[in-house]
Amino acid sequence: MSAILDITNVSKTFHNESGSTHVLSELNLTVGEGDFVTVIGPSGCGKSTLLKLIAGLDTDYSGAVSIEGRKVDRPSQDKGFIFQEHRLFPWLDVAGNIAADLPLRKPEVRERVAELIRLVKLEGFEKAYPRQLSGGMSQRVAIARALLRNPKVLLLDEPFGALDAFTRAHLQDALLDIWQANRTTMVLVTHDIDEAVFLSNRVVVMDAKPGTIKAVIPIDLPYPRKRSGTAFQDIRTHLLRSLEHHESDEPSYAI
Amino acid sequence: MTTTTIAAPGEQALRPQARKRQRTASWRPLRRGIVIPVLVVALWQTLSSTGSISETLYSSPWNILNQYIELTKTGELPHHLRISVVRAALGFLLGGSLGLLTGLLVGMSQRFEQYVNPTVQMLRTVPLLAITPLFIMWFGFGELSKVLLISLGAFFPLYVNTFLGVRNVDRKLFEVARVLEFNGLRQLTRLVLPASLPNVLLGIRLSLSTSWLCLVVAELLGAESGVGYMIQDARSFVQTDIVFVGITIFAIVGKLSDSLVRVLEHRLLRWQDSFKG
Repeated sequence: MSAILDITNVSKTFHNESGSTHVLSELNLTVGEGDFVTVIGPSGCGKSTLLKLIAGLDTDYSGAVSIEGRKVDRPSQDKGFIFQEHRLFPWLDVAGNIAADLPLRKPEVRERVAELIRLVKLEGFEKAYPRQLSGGMSQRVAIARALLRNPKVLLLDEPFGALDAFTRAHLQDALLDIWQANRTTMVLVTHDIDEAVFLSNRVVVMDAKPGTIKAVIPIDLPYPRKRSGTAFQDIRTHLLRSLEHHESDEPSYAI
Repeated sequence: MTTTTIAAPGEQALRPQARKRQRTASWRPLRRGIVIPVLVVALWQTLSSTGSISETLYSSPWNILNQYIELTKTGELPHHLRISVVRAALGFLLGGSLGLLTGLLVGMSQRFEQYVNPTVQMLRTVPLLAITPLFIMWFGFGELSKVLLISLGAFFPLYVNTFLGVRNVDRKLFEVARVLEFNGLRQLTRLVLPASLPNVLLGIRLSLSTSWLCLVVAELLGAESGVGYMIQDARSFVQTDIVFVGITIFAIVGKLSDSLVRVLEHRLLRWQDSFKG
């Protein structure tokens, strides 16, 4: 498997009136093609910032982020981005949102949109407006919108964080289906350990203040994974322990 | 491979509602809306029929109706109305489109805002009646001064509301536009315009009513035709019923044009998720 995403010596500092905050310090990470990587860490460890750097939404940093060897300098469609909120256009229906700026008049666009609606299992809702959709359905539309553009990497910033437990589990299954069907490289930021173990084949554990990578833990469990299985629980405990190191000096959560 | 069902528990969407119930209910607001006008007209007619109020000064609904028929037969009313509507429409189109364009530019660019907005806001506070003599001196009594006066009035509501609408666009959606690589034009047509449409439509409604208002000002101050002229002419002969014909025709056409935009609003803003009362 060849590397698709390279992060080399990335550091990032936020400047404001009260001084500057060192958010990311000397990060190095390589993501292989077709990998499903989750990034986990305490609040304020800069995991969402890291994702924005990869997306090219923020270019004010030192070091290098490159995709297929080309340096990222701006957002583009080959880096799909799923925000925590669905961020759909409220004036467009489901099909219109997936197509966004592409003309639905064209048969090839319409065909692709229909295909993706099937993939995210929203048949029958093509004409529904975002206000008529539940949170989980909206997020699936957002995923379809990103996938239509055939991204090399799909970046997901706590995409299921605002959803209830049932919907979240359901969407995790759906995301795995999509990953297995399309083999799109995924980088998912989360604060949910179960989500990380359930989804990814590699977990990046981050530490806060400044944000650094503490460990990269491979998960070789076969899919579909059973949340109640002992192997699952072992890895979960292992992950929890590597996060807990941090908790000795301060709590890993913030309110 | 795990399989997923179409909708998980707790994940249900509202299907577009049945249309039939909405259609039968849609007449109710109309019925309610005409209650007050009907009561006023009935009271008015009773008072003038019993001689409680002077027919010369206050006329009566019956006389006004007869005058409507009379003026339509002679072709006077359609003639004046056509001229007035054309004036208002030209003024609205000119002023409104300039207002929309400037509002978009000022909304999209802070630099443009800093250059243009203070001047526009200053001009906005100048009463239109104060400018009218100037317009007559510069452009004469002809059509040009009238159309320009109307367009000046129509400019501001659309400008202010478009500007506000653009600034109300969710910043987060601009981030989406960047990720999806919208170019400048697409960003305008696919994001800024649809998102600010509720405000733009409100601006159109306000501009339309202002156009109508300015039309009367323009026609009362010097014209040889138009509904405003008809009113002015009837006043000098104390033909109260014709004055009322002019006033009511303004009200009717004004309401019709407003309703037209309301229908447009209803169709274009179906996506909105707001409190309906």
